[in-house]
Amino acid sequence: MSTDSETQARPAPDRLSPNQDEFYAALMAAHAGLSLDDSHALNARLVLMMANRIGDIQVLETILRDARKYS
Amino acid sequence: MAYEYQTYAFEPPPGLTGPEPRHKVVIVGAGPIGLTLAIDLALRGVPSVVLDDNNVVSRGSRAICWSKRTLEIFDRLGLGERMLARGVTWKVGRQFHGAQEVFSFDLLPEDGHKYPAFINLQQYYVEEYLIERARDFPDLIDLRFCNKVVDHREIDRFVQVEIETPSGLYKLETDWLIACDGAKSPTRERMGLSFEGQVFEEQFLIADIEMEHSPFGDAAVPERWFWFDPPFHPGKSALLHMQPDNIYRIDLQLDVGADAKAEATEEKVMPRIRAIVGDTPFRLDWMSVYKFRCIMLDRFVHGRVIFAGDSAHVVSPFGARGGNGGIQDVDNLGWKLAAVIGGQANENLLESYDAERRHGAEENILNSARSTNFMTPKTGIEALFRAETLRLAHNQPFARKLLNSGRLSLPCGLEGSALITPGAAQVAPGRAMVDAPLDGPHGASWLIEEVQGRFVLVGFGSVPLPEVAGVARIGVNQRNGDYPCFTARSGHAIRRYGSEKAYLFRPDGHVAAVFDAPDAASVAAARDRAMGAEMQSDEAPAPQREVTA
Ligand SMILES: Cc1cc2nc3c(=O)[nH]c(=O)nc-3n(C[C@H](O)[C@H](O)[C@H](O)COP(=O)(O)OP(=O)(O)OC[C@H]3O[C@@H](n4cnc5c(N)ncnc54)[C@H](O)[C@@H]3O)c2cc1C
Repeated sequence: MSTDSETQARPAPDRLSPNQDEFYAALMAAHAGLSLDDSHALNARLVLMMANRIGDIQVLETILRDARKYS
Repeated sequence: MAYEYQTYAFEPPPGLTGPEPRHKVVIVGAGPIGLTLAIDLALRGVPSVVLDDNNVVSRGSRAICWSKRTLEIFDRLGLGERMLARGVTWKVGRQFHGAQEVFSFDLLPEDGHKYPAFINLQQYYVEEYLIERARDFPDLIDLRFCNKVVDHREIDRFVQVEIETPSGLYKLETDWLIACDGAKSPTRERMGLSFEGQVFEEQFLIADIEMEHSPFGDAAVPERWFWFDPPFHPGKSALLHMQPDNIYRIDLQLDVGADAKAEATEEKVMPRIRAIVGDTPFRLDWMSVYKFRCIMLDRFVHGRVIFAGDSAHVVSPFGARGGNGGIQDVDNLGWKLAAVIGGQANENLLESYDAERRHGAEENILNSARSTNFMTPKTGIEALFRAETLRLAHNQPFARKLLNSGRLSLPCGLEGSALITPGAAQVAPGRAMVDAPLDGPHGASWLIEEVQGRFVLVGFGSVPLPEVAGVARIGVNQRNGDYPCFTARSGHAIRRYGSEKAYLFRPDGHVAAVFDAPDAASVAAARDRAMGAEMQSDEAPAPQREVTA
């Protein structure tokens, strides 16, 4: 992993707060009781459905690139 | 220096030799909640007997973080300034991932408040001061140490209590029994009330150490420091707080399967602390290993038996919502119980204590459970999300906000309660009052000092205030009233409450109603509503869950 600021994505504005804890708890609840494989599958579906919600291909490509920068 | 425990004398109570007249209020437990309630009632002229099974204050420092709201309530009880002077004031929390700071928060970024966001003060000091304050009311507070309640039963609108003392057993009768007997509440267990909720498997080591040199480094500013995966305790979390007397609280997450007995030995603890403080000399003051629970009763009022504090609800300590939540129970219960006993209100008013404080406890449980869940991922996938949140938190503001090491206790809002008259204002009806500095007839003071303890109608700006029985009046930034008038120092009060607005405060400082142009009839109606006038006699107001016996 690299935490070097040049390789990190640019900070995006925070749009989750003040409901961030509610979201995080709901996300964990969505995974509760699933096997690791099923959780991966759920994550994949979530990415696809959130992508559809976002809709904008340019935004999506930026997010994909940005998220990848942390690996 | 280690705290010197003094023992309080056992004095054989009159009940040992002959029946005592029926008491109005008997409080089980002289912890912070029971003692605070006795003082609150005494200030309203209501006598109580407080029974405690031992004769010393809290063993170990336990609760250390006392919130602004708690201090404001203690101010009303004549203790706030003493606690503030003795405590360590702080307001900034920092969160680290590994060795790197990722996020800090300031709990009170503005001035113009009598009390800070938090003080740290060991529970034994808090209880010691409460006992001393209780002794200011020798005619109203009958404090009985080494009086262990061993049985109770409700008969016909009164409760019979059986008590064991070093000199034998005796019985008492009381109109109201208030169970402030802590998380293991024998009163609750005797009644067979269900007390279930989330139990966390993780264990936490709590250690207090005394050291000259501040582990907060050169700046030595007391703050709340929290680490996810610190270099000195890999893979787990750690929390650091400063207390008075150069004592520091260290809180370390242990393995799920850790052997609690073995962990609470110097042999195990000293190396863990050395890993944090290095070669600096220190003295181990207190340590304990805990598992935490988030649990509450389905109902806090059971006939003539009322639960308050840990007997009614228990939370994990991240967020300091246990003791602070209990003090808010007392603030809510004291004036209502006094009004019922004094005949100014119907017994149904106590149903609103049940509804309002269950709401408060639910909020505290929700927040502390979320924090503890975040700290202790249960599955691979939870650990994965947590790890990636931490990774993103190094530069993404949204991920920083997701880091949850405790959402610290805030005053509970009572919007929607049956006692509250709906309305719109900067401080919305139901919310706890917000302090502000004033200049008045007797010099400088604070809004909390002028308002708390009784019904008060406060006019901000030139809104005239009608005279209503049982409602005191004060004006802020107005001149012509035939009641005490103040100016808003530095304009804080007007900025916080707006101008040309009147607020009716309940005795616990919550906003009961707001008015643009208050007339006597509408103020009286709001006061009556806050005293339970609209609560139905045979049914409880809030949606209720089944009581499981
Ligand atoms: C490690 C730790 C850290 C904490 N940190 C914080 C914090 O920072 N901030 C915060 O707000 N809260 C904190 N808490 C929670 C806080 O300590 C409790 O919420 C608080 O003590 C509750 O007070 P209480 O009076 O309801 O109960 P207790 O303090 O438990 O008091 C109950 C009293 O009842 C007595 N009693 C019990 N049975 C009987 C009987 N049969 N007859 C007579 N008397 C009886 C007991 O002896 C005791 O004196 C922490 C707790 C722990 C364990």
